[in-house]
Amino acid sequence: MNSLPVYLVVSALLFSLGLLGILQRRNLIGMLIAVELLLNSANLNFMAFNRFLTPDPVTGQVIALFVMGLAAAEAAIGLSIILALYRKMHSINIERAQRLKG
Amino acid sequence: METSSFSFIIQAAFWGTIALTVAGASIAVFPRNILYNVLGLALALTGIAGLYLFLGSFFIALMQLLIYVGAICIAIVFAIMLSQPLHLEIPPRATPKVAMGLAASAVFFVAAVSLALKTNWLPAAARVSDASLWSVENIGHALLTRYELVFEVISLVLLVAIIGAVVTAGFSRRLSQ
Repeated sequence: MNSLPVYLVVSALLFSLGLLGILQRRNLIGMLIAVELLLNSANLNFMAFNRFLTPDPVTGQVIALFVMGLAAAEAAIGLSIILALYRKMHSINIERAQRLKG
Repeated sequence: METSSFSFIIQAAFWGTIALTVAGASIAVFPRNILYNVLGLALALTGIAGLYLFLGSFFIALMQLLIYVGAICIAIVFAIMLSQPLHLEIPPRATPKVAMGLAASAVFFVAAVSLALKTNWLPAAARVSDASLWSVENIGHALLTRYELVFEVISLVLLVAIIGAVVTAGFSRRLSQ
């Protein structure tokens, strides 16, 4: 049960669900949630390779920590941009934000 | 007998955690109600923390719960409260776009799964299978010696992100008044 391909398949499933979410949602917060799923599947891959393959088991955990920190920064910036956009457009539908469209 | 039932319990917990993760991820993507999406995301992140426990890293599982479930999900809930997307109009989705998105993610899924199953993964020759290397002391030591520059840059990035978030959210309020 506890083998590398199981984790890789779960991570691929999470990544494709996140990809689907980014491609088909029109709600900005929904897209942000899908991005979090993508980052988490990458993290799961790092941790699985770290557990089963790498020579030094510290590297993958450190990378996972850094990815978590970057995800926190990304969520803070993204949510504040969404709030600013909502105040301007009174909507968080991505297709409404087309003021720059020619 | 005793050990076999114990290993059965562990196996059931492992597959249960995987089912929880996948179910949470699909709740996070498919329903139209954004509040269900956030709760599904929290469920999926908790399941991934459980998978980190099965991978043997208690510290990263704890960090996952603390940062993702505790901070990011709550921040998203706050953004939902402040922007009230529940009361706004929901335009219908164009079916060709949904079909193309489904096709793209299905292609990616098939490619990644076949790559993961076809490859013959070999552990590195210099691999040290020592459980003591997984301890928090080792992670802290690596953070402050080999990865010190990255650590500092991450803290700088977080500081800039905090200031940027405050400026972006506060500045637009002053502009729109």
